[in-house]
Amino acid sequence: MLGADQIAKYPFVQDAGQYLKDQGFRLEQFGMDPDLEPIVKKAFDRIYTAAEGKTYKSDLIGNQASKEATLPREVFSFLLAIVLLKLSGMNTLIKRFALQESIRAEKYLEADLKISNNPSGSVILTDEQKSIRDVAAQIIKEISNVEISKPEEKNEGNYTSGKDEWLVNISDYLTRSIHFHEREWKLINRKVENGKVYLSSHQTVRLIRKELGMYINSRLTDTKTPEMIPGFENYVNKLVSLAKKFRTFTVDTGEYPPCIKHAIQVLEKGENLPHSGRFMLATFLLSKGQSVEQIAPLFKNAPDYNERVTLYQLNQLNGTSGSGTKYSCPSCEKLKTQNLCFATSECDNIINPLQFGKKRK
Amino acid sequence: MKETDTKFLEDSFKKYYFEHFDLIKVPERTSEREFGYQKFNSGMTRHLSIKNDKELHLLFMQNIPSDVYCSNGYYTFPNLPMNEKDWKEADLIFDIDAKDLNLPCRIDHTVAVCSDCNEISKTYDKCTKCNSTKLEKKSLPCLNCINGSKNQVEKLIEVLVNDFVISKENIHVYFSGNEGFHIHVYNSQFQKIGSRERSELTDYIMFNGMIPETFGMKKFKPNRSDFPDINEKGWRGRFAKEFFGSKSNRSKLISSFVKNPLDEYPSFKNTLQTVSKKIGVKIDPNVTMDIHRIFRLPGSINSKSGLTKIHCEDLEKFDAYTDSSFLSDDPVEILANCPIEFKLRNKKFGPYNNEKITTPTFAAAYMICKKLATIA
Repeated sequence: MLGADQIAKYPFVQDAGQYLKDQGFRLEQFGMDPDLEPIVKKAFDRIYTAAEGKTYKSDLIGNQASKEATLPREVFSFLLAIVLLKLSGMNTLIKRFALQESIRAEKYLEADLKISNNPSGSVILTDEQKSIRDVAAQIIKEISNVEISKPEEKNEGNYTSGKDEWLVNISDYLTRSIHFHEREWKLINRKVENGKVYLSSHQTVRLIRKELGMYINSRLTDTKTPEMIPGFENYVNKLVSLAKKFRTFTVDTGEYPPCIKHAIQVLEKGENLPHSGRFMLATFLLSKGQSVEQIAPLFKNAPDYNERVTLYQLNQLNGTSGSGTKYSCPSCEKLKTQNLCFATSECDNIINPLQFGKKRK
Repeated sequence: MKETDTKFLEDSFKKYYFEHFDLIKVPERTSEREFGYQKFNSGMTRHLSIKNDKELHLLFMQNIPSDVYCSNGYYTFPNLPMNEKDWKEADLIFDIDAKDLNLPCRIDHTVAVCSDCNEISKTYDKCTKCNSTKLEKKSLPCLNCINGSKNQVEKLIEVLVNDFVISKENIHVYFSGNEGFHIHVYNSQFQKIGSRERSELTDYIMFNGMIPETFGMKKFKPNRSDFPDINEKGWRGRFAKEFFGSKSNRSKLISSFVKNPLDEYPSFKNTLQTVSKKIGVKIDPNVTMDIHRIFRLPGSINSKSGLTKIHCEDLEKFDAYTDSSFLSDDPVEILANCPIEFKLRNKKFGPYNNEKITTPTFAAAYMICKKLATIA
């Protein structure tokens, strides 16, 4: 189904073991063959970059594999990264890797959907361009079950691409858009015709972002952990110590009230926590004495994470910028009305989450 | 309600049900629906499962319900408690009610009935006789109310057909039996969506929550070509038609928006609100959002009026106060305190000021259901 360039862009749609086999390789070879060593090193770098919160820059030039050798390196390094991660057993790294690969795939999907867009009018797509666009649409169908189509598809036998517009069924749109809070995602603020919603390539990819992340994540978690491969030990050990570096960020939820635990869990799952929930979590942790820098990474998994914005907002809440007012954690009553309260008997009739666990007699 | 009134209504309803089984049919996929009913002077019985017309008719004859309901939702186990039913999907439903239209005529045909002393007056805050604040408003909708509701139904159908491509055969319009219309939509792409998604649909249909940017208006550097054209489809087009009116006016207004966007932005926002009140479809959002609702069953009588919830084959020609009145015309003596004149089956009744009168059963039932009369 996929052409060579597409496999490099979307390696996660491949069956890892099968692909290696098809290319005539066995995993063990990568541990022993010095010619293949750079690919293992590349796989390690790929994980390292992701762990640092950066998106891996591939060797693809202009979205195409520039050299013959580039393609296998791209795909193998992805597949080997999964093997290394599974061997290390470090879930924090797996999550970070999945997130960054997902961001990377988003960029390619958007570019492929937008291919040969011509705002000034229709243009005839080459067969190759058409195929690239179709593959992106197929991948979206595969990961989210959402069918997308172009408003105008055929023009006297030629494929055309006019405006940057894609059509999605209203029902498919709604089940996803209700989780977004910006007003422009409300159905009334979208162009709707003939049972379909009009979206730009960027918006189309944004709509299925969560499913893309989940798909890639499941690809990783569903992969069986292989036996240790001779020659990989060194890299695996390095990953284990790399993961330790991030351990300071993992929050022990034991001492926190259920509302805060819930909010952290939502974020850990990469799901969207409403603005009110983020406000609660941030103000709670700030009051508990954590610093803006300590708290910020918690939001990294949020679907709309933006480091600059997060830091700005946290500093506002902390009173370190803006008006200088330090915001306090909302009361239990307020949280109840916002559907953020998950009270248990341990809450013991407290009126603010900050009182949780303190003896009040 | 007095025992004699209940007895009279039960007898009249029973006769109707017995003679009009042809109008009371189970909806499709019967065994996946939840049924429920109410009896006079008692609570709701729900979570019932019914297999066919025969079982439904038996329910009517055995219980003589005042009101009967059926779910818009489909369940694996419709007779289990709500959280065990296993919800599968739900038809899209809409309620359009004359009382939500804020029509100026409403005050002319609405009275307050005191729950403590039954005094009827036009004062809505407290009873003029006993000062009780427990007042129930009763309205006897007029032709204007029905036409206003019909107009909303037409607007709704326009959005459903044009924007959502729902075929007309899948849109069934019913007179609710009282003050408005119920619209059932079958087999649409929305069958499986949940309550929050349906809430978004209601905002769309009601033309709520728009931002000026959707209609081309920006605070900085708005672009002429982003403003909607009068012939455009969807809400952009409907808004343009209502707001700009003509092409020349459109051009003129856009020029002023583009020239002074920062000043014009707030007033554009207000315009959206004003236009929304005019062109948005006035549906009850709570009904459409509800995926577990039991909704009045077509063919059953609405105990707020004694009229039948009936299918409107031709909305334009539909005469609510003739086509939905099925109770007998046997004469009955009542004590009527109905200060509003009304028309049923093309015959005028009232106003009555505490008078003992003889009227046909259908008119007596109407007034008794409205608590504006009792059996003499």
